[in-house]
Amino acid sequence: MEVLVCVKRVPAAGARVPLTGDGRDIDTRHLGFTIGPHEECAVEEAVRLVAAHGGRVTVLAVGPAECAEQVRYALAMGADRGVLVDAGRSDPDPEATAGAITQAVRTLTGGEEPFDLLLFGDCSADAGHHQVGIRVATGLGLPIVSGVKALEVAGDGLRMRREAGDGVEVYRVPLPAAAAVREGLNLPRYPSLPGRLRARKAELRTVAVEPEPGGLRTVRLRQPADDRAAVVVLGHGAAAAPAVVDVLDELGVV
Amino acid sequence: MLLTVVEDREPTPEVCALARSLDPVVEAVAYGADPGPRELARWGVTAVHRIRHELLDAYAPEGYGEALAQLVARLRPSGVLAAATEHGTEILAHAAARAGLPLATDCVSVTGGDPWRLVRSRGGGMLLEEAELAAPVKLVTVAPAAAVPAAGPPHAVGECAVAEFVPELEPRHVRARVVERAARTEGTGLATASVVVSGGRGVGSAEGYAVLEELAGLLGGAVGCSRVATGNGWRPHRDQVGLTGTRIAPEVYLACGISGATQHWVGCMDARTIIAVNTDPDAAMVARADYAVIGDLHEVLPAMVAEIRARRSVHSGPVVSEERG
Ligand SMILES: Cc1cc2nc3c(=O)[nH]c(=O)nc-3n(C[C@H](O)[C@H](O)[C@H](O)COP(=O)(O)OP(=O)(O)OC[C@H]3O[C@@H](n4cnc5c(N)ncnc54)[C@H](O)[C@@H]3O)c2cc1C
Repeated sequence: MEVLVCVKRVPAAGARVPLTGDGRDIDTRHLGFTIGPHEECAVEEAVRLVAAHGGRVTVLAVGPAECAEQVRYALAMGADRGVLVDAGRSDPDPEATAGAITQAVRTLTGGEEPFDLLLFGDCSADAGHHQVGIRVATGLGLPIVSGVKALEVAGDGLRMRREAGDGVEVYRVPLPAAAAVREGLNLPRYPSLPGRLRARKAELRTVAVEPEPGGLRTVRLRQPADDRAAVVVLGHGAAAAPAVVDVLDELGVV
Repeated sequence: MLLTVVEDREPTPEVCALARSLDPVVEAVAYGADPGPRELARWGVTAVHRIRHELLDAYAPEGYGEALAQLVARLRPSGVLAAATEHGTEILAHAAARAGLPLATDCVSVTGGDPWRLVRSRGGGMLLEEAELAAPVKLVTVAPAAAVPAAGPPHAVGECAVAEFVPELEPRHVRARVVERAARTEGTGLATASVVVSGGRGVGSAEGYAVLEELAGLLGGAVGCSRVATGNGWRPHRDQVGLTGTRIAPEVYLACGISGATQHWVGCMDARTIIAVNTDPDAAMVARADYAVIGDLHEVLPAMVAEIRARRSVHSGPVVSEERG
């Protein structure tokens, strides 16, 4: 089974998300970066599928050269090939991102050896537009299920489960297909030391594309208002227990 | 004319109110059964387009999106609004992809004109994004927290006409479709509990959660956790609170050994009262909580359990002594 996983490099912010002076962007000077959690599960699932059914896992990221860090992380988890997609713009809108991936997939497969399965995160961890996977699948003519929390090979297709509203939906989809998955699908492994060494040396392929910009333009980011009152410190250590229980009692939950 | 997508027969008040603020004429799209025209008329919706096709008997994201794209091509509305639910977002994303239109998801406010100026909620409220949406037909999903113009149902209730729309669909449009549906059996405890006792890295091990379980049991609540606990395999993912876990709004959230990273905070910030237990007085969770105890959770929580038991045994003192005979 040939599986392609699309991952995004996102800043790993702490207690607040710092912004640049002009509010145009997240100030990442003091932040680390990570693969989005949904996509980390997508990589894990792909590696498990290929271990069970044979084939290869290809990992792709759209963005600047620094995305190599996230692609190599996925290789360290067990993916086989890494691809960087240079779309020539710093933060493309969702239509442009989808266009970039669609073009890159066409370049990678060149009409031969198509992917059996494309995996995406349900939404990116920073911008969260909820549409890139669906746009790529549409562009490539593949069926797609989003929000996937369980996935298994069934016959010559896939059986996928997801939560929607207060229910659970089960889908059966023929291959080739796509899925946008959510964290909780599996528990991703930590890369092994040999995995990391192999990933460090791996050669990444770069594909340059020129996607059309879409119609959604970010103007500015801002912090939401934090209107909670100042904290009341009830005390220190075990001695504070009666005071906490008093509060719980007042709140009517004891 | 502006279209709103109606799910489950019920119009979403935020969506209808926002639609009316953007366009004087609002119509609705409904899939399958009774679209409830009378209820829609109360929200000022003058027509409902009922999409019917035998291939859409079971929910099929692509088929639903294709049908909407065809209806949009026919009606040329100024925009399409849907609630930012699992289905609402997915249907609009499929329609957008098929019609070659942009889509703005999770909007908390929208101002009309050309382009539309809107505010998106990113990461469940971690950040707000001001954006512009330029397109011949503007597709938007509306976040539950949207600050919509305070317009209730209009006083003069008009008529809501029902029109049928039969899209042209082929089996390839429904390759992904629901084959089974079930009630959710797991993970609802956390979402609906009125008290959540939650633990993070500070708990230190899977076994460490025993005292959180005990306290949650005494308070009739559920146990939650941070992503560190999930990642270490201490708790199942269904217990995770936060951006990529569950968003909860209990009466009381007790955050033990959790630093308060923004991705965790957005999952618990809607709790009515937040109590932090943390060794670090400078932890973000302590600063943002309503109440805090500075100390080791392995000392504080057992003391709380003992205190609650002691108070209960005093209250039920006579019963206890009777039992003892
Ligand atoms: C895209 C993305 C999505 C994410 N989604 C989520 C999510 O959904 N949910 C989530 O929780 N996180 C999420 N995270 C991770 C998040 O950024 C933090 O890493 C995580 O929440 C930290 O967990 P923690 O507070 O348990 O651990 P830490 O940040 O390590 O904090 C541990 C805290 O425990 C305190 N402590 C230590 N020992 C004790 C003790 N004995 N008694 C009392 N206090 C003690 C420390 O002072 C510290 O404040 C996400 C991250 C990213 C990048």
